[in-house]
Amino acid sequence: MVGVLGAEGAPAAASSAGWFVEHAWLIGLLPFISAGLALFFGKRTPGGGPVYGIAAIGAGSVMALGVAWHFVQGGGPYEKYVEWFRIGSLHMQLGSYVDGLTAVMLIVVTFVSLMVQVYSLGYMHGDVRYTWYFVVLSLFTGAMLDVVLAGNLLIGHWYEDPANSGAAIKAFLTTRIGDVPFMFGIFALIFATGMTTSNIQVIGQTVAGGHVSLLLVTTAALLLFGGTIGKSAQFPLYVWLPDAMAGPTPVSALIHAATMVAAGVYLVARMFQVFVSADPIALHVVAIIGAITLLLAAFLALVQDDIKKVLAYSTISQLAYMVAALGVGSDGYPAAMFHLFTHAFFKALLFLGAGSVIHAAHTNNMSEMGGLRKDMKVTFWTFAIGAAALAGVPPFSGFFSKDELILAAKDSHTYWLAVVLLVGAILTAFYTTRMILLTFFGDYRGHAHAHESPRVMTVPLILLAGATCVVGLLGFAPLGAPFLDWVYFGGEPIPAVFSPLVAILSIVAVTVGIWTGYIVYRRWRTPDPLTRLGPAYDLLEHKYYLDDLYWNGIVRPIRDPIAAGVYWTNQHVIDGVVNGTATLAYALSALVAWFDRNVIDGVVNGAGSAMELFGRGLRTIQTGKVQWYAVGLFAGVILLTVFIIRP
Amino acid sequence: MIRLPLVLLFSAFLFSAGIYGVLARRNAVMVLMAIELLLNAVNVNLIGFAAELQDVTGEVFALFVIAVAAAEVGIGLAIVILLFRNRASINVDEVDLLKW
Repeated sequence: MVGVLGAEGAPAAASSAGWFVEHAWLIGLLPFISAGLALFFGKRTPGGGPVYGIAAIGAGSVMALGVAWHFVQGGGPYEKYVEWFRIGSLHMQLGSYVDGLTAVMLIVVTFVSLMVQVYSLGYMHGDVRYTWYFVVLSLFTGAMLDVVLAGNLLIGHWYEDPANSGAAIKAFLTTRIGDVPFMFGIFALIFATGMTTSNIQVIGQTVAGGHVSLLLVTTAALLLFGGTIGKSAQFPLYVWLPDAMAGPTPVSALIHAATMVAAGVYLVARMFQVFVSADPIALHVVAIIGAITLLLAAFLALVQDDIKKVLAYSTISQLAYMVAALGVGSDGYPAAMFHLFTHAFFKALLFLGAGSVIHAAHTNNMSEMGGLRKDMKVTFWTFAIGAAALAGVPPFSGFFSKDELILAAKDSHTYWLAVVLLVGAILTAFYTTRMILLTFFGDYRGHAHAHESPRVMTVPLILLAGATCVVGLLGFAPLGAPFLDWVYFGGEPIPAVFSPLVAILSIVAVTVGIWTGYIVYRRWRTPDPLTRLGPAYDLLEHKYYLDDLYWNGIVRPIRDPIAAGVYWTNQHVIDGVVNGTATLAYALSALVAWFDRNVIDGVVNGAGSAMELFGRGLRTIQTGKVQWYAVGLFAGVILLTVFIIRP
Repeated sequence: MIRLPLVLLFSAFLFSAGIYGVLARRNAVMVLMAIELLLNAVNVNLIGFAAELQDVTGEVFALFVIAVAAAEVGIGLAIVILLFRNRASINVDEVDLLKW
């Protein structure tokens, strides 16, 4: 069945860009190769090894552009599979599926990764585990690219998490909570297709064909969305993402901007057929979760002092935009993907800019920054462009994609969602303004000597800023919105529409946000003016007590009995076994030692003594007198002669 | 034409005298000369058999032995001279350094 599908996809690959599309899987492989090279030869290479990763990602970027060109020319999707293993009639396949959506993601991931790698040259300079850092970075990029390329349901499980210790565990556990329903969703779908395949296209067709019960599809869709909640940090599982800020800033950029968290949104997009075929409740749930997360995260971003945490919560909020848009159905699909696309660029820009600021100010806290625009001109201007895009100021990319989202909500008559999106836009503009004012304006409040970052860091910033300015136009309706021709759901591209009403509403929202932000944060004041909100501020300060709830309500009740049980087992059973083994081993050793000393040593020493005695005897024969030797010689000759001529 | 057994008897006598000289003499020069006797006893044997069997191989071989003997004596006498210089004696009994 799959073979037939593959044959259908193949003729499309015959165009000029065909080579890139057919070999798209190489893009996913390259970073792994470079990681291996850097691991084994990195320390011996001049410069410590980042050259491998940068070369691999650079090549990947070129290939990604080739793949994209194929779709710009109007080429069709391409897929290729090899069988991995088989359980009964269930064929598990490994392979790649490439369409317009894939091409967009490939460009985003490779471009952002390339920028991050170059930027890291400066940011991580002199770090103790410089080479190791680049190895892991390459691995992570490779895993991300494979998720993008995978035409299979077993995606999303192969990612490395480079954040450290506690935050890493939290991130791991929380995303795992999302993965459990995700796995069940996969099984439900495989079951739904009659236990024969895990190919996304086949599943999509089967589900669309109406051969599967609505209940099963709806359940599967909701379970899959559980995976998205975990991975894309949606309510109520978003708590891990801000903590993952413990890692190096370029890694945060990679995680947030292009790649990992977007994987969740990408997942829903890939499996969209399932959601569309399911009961409308499934999509409503998606939209509602998105709306809730959007507002909650945007409010949280208002009160953060750590510049990276502001960005982290804004990432959650922006992802929620995409999720909410997917929730309105196939109208929202291209809009969500477009926002994913633009967001990847400006969020990577913001994170790298924040990294540059942190590099200079030696702190993450905005209360210890201020006035940096004078000393860090490049960082300031690029960061400002990114912030403008995030806030949705025209003509930067965020404006266009956010308009698309609101328009999609309006067109599908989910007006409440459009209102939520507009409120979100106000909040976004507000916290963005706050962030810019606290960081770059006013007087410097820190103690470090701020300075502009080296060129390897500023050049990626400038490139990303350029991309941020340009990519938005790809979705601008009066210019034809070519993006919507590349990425669409269903049979036909949705014609691009420009709605002046939405644009005006959105501009008003942004203006309101920026203006209030400017009024409140025009001057640096302690404590933060928002504390006047009283209980509401406390609620935000404690992140809605969600962390406490999880800690006291879930982690401790589960952890404490387990810990106590494990402790008891450890003390009594494991220790008993260990100590018993030790005692036994001690007794055995004593026996062996006795045997060794008396028997073995006796034999060894005896052999030595015997040889010594023997040697002493033999020594007398060797007199050193030549004539005695001659006597021996002739005696030998006579003996041999007698022996030979004996009758 | 001398009969072969006589030749062999002569050669055996020469050889015995050589062995006696090698084993019993204490003067290194005398030992070397005794070695010459041993070699020449062999030469006599070779020539004798060559004449008896009408085969020139034995004679050629004897020539080689003579050449080797000359070289051997050359080296031997050189050693004896060095020995004398170092120890003021050419008594082989006293040269017993070649032991444990």
